[in-house]
Parts: sequence; C-alpha cells; structure tokens
Amino acid sequence: MSSLEQVELAPPVAPVPTHGIYGPSAFGVGARRFWQLTFMLARTEFKLRFFGSALGYLWTLMRPLLFFGVLLLVFTKLVKVGSNQTPYYAEYLLMAIILFTYFQEATSGSVQSLVARENLLRKVRFPRLAVPLSVSLFCLFNLGMNLIVVFVFILGAGIEPRLSWLELIPLVALLVILASSVGMLLSALYVRYRDIQPIWEVFSQILWYGSPILYTVQTAAKKSFLGIPFSRLLTINPIGAILTQARKAMLDPSAPSATNAIGGVPRLLIPLGIVFGLCALGLWFFNREAPHISERL
Amino acid sequence: MTTTAPSRAQAPGTSPRSGPTAVSIEHVSKTFRLPHRHVSTLKERALHPFRTMTYDELNAVQDVSLEISEGEFFGIVGRNGSGKSTLLKCIAGIYRVDQGRIAIAGRLSPFIELGVGFNPDLNARDNVIINAIMLGLSRRQAAERFDQVVEFAELEGFMDLRLKNYSSGMLVRLAFATAIQVDAEILLIDEVLAVGDAAFQQKCFEEFFRLKREGRTIVFVSHDMFSVERFCDRAMLMDHGKPIEIGDPRRIGRAYHELNFGQLAHEAPGEQTPLSSSKITEAWFENGEGERVTSNAQQEPLTLCFEAVAGEPLHDPVFAVTLRTENGHTIIVARSDQHGALTGSFAAGETVVARFTVPNWLTPSRYMLTPSIAKEGTGDEALALVEDMASVVVHGTSSSGGILEVPVQFEVERL
Repeated sequence: MSSLEQVELAPPVAPVPTHGIYGPSAFGVGARRFWQLTFMLARTEFKLRFFGSALGYLWTLMRPLLFFGVLLLVFTKLVKVGSNQTPYYAEYLLMAIILFTYFQEATSGSVQSLVARENLLRKVRFPRLAVPLSVSLFCLFNLGMNLIVVFVFILGAGIEPRLSWLELIPLVALLVILASSVGMLLSALYVRYRDIQPIWEVFSQILWYGSPILYTVQTAAKKSFLGIPFSRLLTINPIGAILTQARKAMLDPSAPSATNAIGGVPRLLIPLGIVFGLCALGLWFFNREAPHISERL
Repeated sequence: MTTTAPSRAQAPGTSPRSGPTAVSIEHVSKTFRLPHRHVSTLKERALHPFRTMTYDELNAVQDVSLEISEGEFFGIVGRNGSGKSTLLKCIAGIYRVDQGRIAIAGRLSPFIELGVGFNPDLNARDNVIINAIMLGLSRRQAAERFDQVVEFAELEGFMDLRLKNYSSGMLVRLAFATAIQVDAEILLIDEVLAVGDAAFQQKCFEEFFRLKREGRTIVFVSHDMFSVERFCDRAMLMDHGKPIEIGDPRRIGRAYHELNFGQLAHEAPGEQTPLSSSKITEAWFENGEGERVTSNAQQEPLTLCFEAVAGEPLHDPVFAVTLRTENGHTIIVARSDQHGALTGSFAAGETVVARFTVPNWLTPSRYMLTPSIAKEGTGDEALALVEDMASVVVHGTSSSGGILEVPVQFEVERL
C-alpha cells in the first residue's frame, strides 16, 4: 500500500472520517469477516459434497479406504514390507494415507481455486486469501470425518486410548499450516503460470513416495544417502516428521519419535523451519500478488 | 462538438452539491498492461528467462477526480470501453488504482453482478444466505432478513427448490431481492437493471427510489441515458477513460448522445415566460379508458391532455401538443387546426381542456409533453407554451431500436 502515490490536494470538501480503499488485498477489511467468508465457502463445499447425494460421505470415504485395502494387500501379502517387523502396520498405513490425503487434497484443490472463483474476485469485494484457505478448511472437515474411521480401526486393533493421543491435535495443526501455506503459494502462482497444476501433481506424487507412508522411518533406517541415514532424511520432510510422531503417539509408544528419527531436538528445527518458512513465504507472496489477482484471472 | 474540459479545470463541477463527502476520487488512473506475448507458463519463463516483456498499455481510466456527497445519486455514463466499469471496480476495491487516491466514508457494497456465488445445486434458502454474506451481511443478519427477501422476490413456496430448477426470471428476482438487503451506505450499481421483465424492472426502479429516499449514496454506471436521467442528481460522461463532463444528467445525456450521434438540432427554446394573459395550468396523459396515467402500455391509445385558462376572449385558438423524447427529439406534433377544425370562442377566465388521442406506437422510454395555445390563423403566434410540462413512460416488450414500433407487414418475393 505504501507504493501508492498519494496525491496531496487542497483540503477535502468536508472533514468526514474517510478510509482509503486502495484496492483488493489478501485479508480484506476485518478478521471476523475474513473468517466468516472462509468458513462459508468451506461449509458450502462441504454441503454440496455431502448433501448432494445420499451416499456422499461414503463415497468420499471409499477412496482412501479402497486405496488402503489395496496397499495393505500388496504390502502385507505380496511384498511383505511391513507386517512382520512393524507393529500395527495396517493402522499406521490407514492413518498415514488419511493424513497425507488431507495434504494432497488441500494443496491440489488450492491450485486452481482463485481461477475457479473468478466471479467472486471480479464481482464482489472479497478477501483473496479466503479462497485458498477455504479449500484447506473444507479438506479439514473431511479429515475430521475420516479420522473417525481411523479411530475405529485403532480401537478395533485393541489399542487403549491414552493421553498421548492428544498429541494428534498439534500434529494436525502443523499439517494444516503446511498445507495452507503451500496452498496459498500455489494458488497465487497458478494465476501467473498455468503449468503449476501438472507440476504440482508430479511433485505431490514424489512427496507421497518420499514420505514414510507405505513404510516407516525404521524400515529405512538401515539405508543411507551421502552418509546420512534415510530415517533422518525422511524426517526433514515435515510430513515425515508429523507421521512418525503420530505413529508413536497414536499406535506404538515404543516406536521412534520424530526427535529420535532425526537425531536430537535441535534438528527438529529443520522440519519446523520448513513449515513456518513456507508459511511466511506463502503469506508474503500471496499478499504481494493479491492486489492484481483479479486483473490476471 | 462537446465541451471537453480537463477535470482539473472543471473544479466547480466536480464538487458535490451539498453535504459531507461520501466518495472522494482524486486524480485516479488505472492502466492495464496487455502483453504482446503472454508468458503464462513456468516452462516459457524458464526457457526464456531474459526475454523482455513488451506490452501495450490500455489507459482504462485517466486522471479522474470526483466528489460524491452523501445521499447523492450519481450516474457514470459512457460508451462501451469508456472506462466507466473500470472506475466503478476501482471504487469497489476490486481493482487497485495505479495513481491517485480513492476515499470512501461508510460501508460500501458493489452491485456489479446479481447473484454472485449462486450455486445451482443448492436450494434457494441456502443461496440467499450465502449471497447475502458475500454482499457484506453477517450470517445472523442474513437469516433475519430472509423473510423480506422471499417476500420481495415473491417466491414463497419455492424456497426449498434447487436453484437449477428456477427460471431465469425467478433467479433474477431472488438475486435482486437479496442484493437490496445489504445495508451499506454507499451502493455501486453497474447496469444490473438491464434484467428482468417490465414489471420487475418497475419494481427495481421503485426500490432504487426507496434507497435514494433513505439517503443512501448511489453510484450508478450505465449506458442507458433514460435511467440515468430519471434517477441521478448528477452524472459524469466518460470517454476513452477521461471525464468529459460532470453535471446535470440532462446535460450529460445530451452530451452523450452528441458523442454517439453527433450534434443534435435541439429546437426547444425553453421559453417559459408568459406570452399572454392566457395560461396553461396543467398537462397530463390519459389511457384508453380516460384515466390519468404516468405510464402507458405500448399499443394502447394514449391521450395527450392539457388544461388552459383563457386570459382574454379567444376566437378559434389553435391548441397544439408536442411530444418529445428526453433527448429533445420531436416525435409527434398535433394541432387542432390540422384538419381545419375550428375550436370556437372562449370568454376571458374560461377554463378549457384539450385532448389529443394517438395510437401508442412509441418505443419504451419516457416522453415529454409540451402543450401550447396559439392565436387563430397560422398558429405561429403562441399565447402560452410550457416546455416538457408532463411526462409519460411507455412500457412494452417490443423494442426494435427505432423510435416507433409500428405494425409491419413483411413479405419476401423471389424473382
């Protein structure tokens, strides 16, 4: 806003309290309105998804569940990556799939969100950032529903509820920050560069295999790359760190924590730094682009 | 041509009529860059990192200064591409201005399109709430005003119907009814009135009058001079991004038509001073049933009436009416002596009513009636004449673009 050339003129005709409007911004006029609009967009999407058809929720759940079923079959019966050495492999696999699905849906859903909401951005006053954040929020609603199934499986496996389950809250919060940051970055980039979408598809595929979902950090602990154990590399990836910590908190107290896997508390600053660094980058970039988004759609 | 004056020199015209300023626009410019080669992918960017970007600049709005005072109904007119909508979007905060400053006092709500965010898969109830929130209401306010929306849209009983099953007319009604619920002090309206059937348009007009009475500030962008002249207190004519003239809507309307069609011969002298002791006291319109009307349907008989008081004994005076469009085009001139009819003698102080019935083949618009009485003979020596004394709005569905909608017989013959 400071870049605006303020033309000083003779005193205004009437000294009324005026507030300047310099054009669109990322956040709009107030936090409350921003939140209300974000929530409304997410809620509308949710409503469309689940009230449109009677089986809406089941279908949404079906995808990760079927995927989970196939992977479980392949990796326990055919390839035998997990089952014998990893306790609660099936439960871990399901939890990891569902958490990663959130990240993937939130980020890939954000990519085209600004362009898809063109009429909002060009026809009404709308805080730009509410658009990608609403995608993230909508996916969070889904995650909440899907986590119910995860808990059913976990309880079904005979795991007693314990206090460490509460750790899931900050872990999911970190994942939300990560996904939202990437989402806002991608959505603003897509307005400029329309090949972001296929690029991100490939990238998230790489991230899928690069995160300990099908395997755990322990499975990879024996291998190393450039002298660094794979387990450490995997936890540099914030998603890897979150999944590893979630495994310890939710399923197996004897499993390595994220701190163990990366090798000490100070090193944990790397994945955390990535999350908050991306958050800062996303906010900065989005804020910079926001005033001109409606002209470039 | 028109009086083209730079906005700076027009400082008196740019100041609002009275009251505190609601919208203040100071030297605002907006330029769009139109690149010759649009680099829209990362791949191109990576392959040609040092390619210099060349682009054309489109100066959509150039150095516009304007003060709109509270409670004013301000019109912005101009041809397509004159920058009027861009200016509106700058005021609305949808586009960022490149230069200058815009300040507003109070809450602002843009009406750039009706029904933004309407989703065909949701029912009307949900859509009304969503749309109202998008236009600036809180969820609670939206819920509270829901009944008013339904009532105004006359869609009771259709609220649980999905929007995809709505007719386009119902959709527009619902959208408009929702839009007018916003309680912003400043409304920006961009030609949204160009929708709906005649009856609904009339309702919309009434609603705008209501908003105006409530003291809202309204900025209205249109290329329909008729509605601008009808509603606006002041108007601005824009062309090629520059303000051409700011002032009285009628003057702006004429300037706009001059811009479009070149100079018009406006023959109305505007003479209102008493010409003799005879006076025209009233003028009005009547429909086929002889009832006084301010609007008349196309194809219905239209009677142009006026009442006059003879100031001196008159012998066979010539009564005449002139019907003009708002832009001063003369459409009909009817005189009592056209067919040699003699009107008789009138004593001083006698009141007389003259009626001229014509078939109404006029295109939907507003028409102004100028009644006159003249001395016997050539009818050129006027005794009394009042310019644009009454007006009538002709409504109808047929609007071919011409001034008259006459019955047409068509045939094509192959030779």
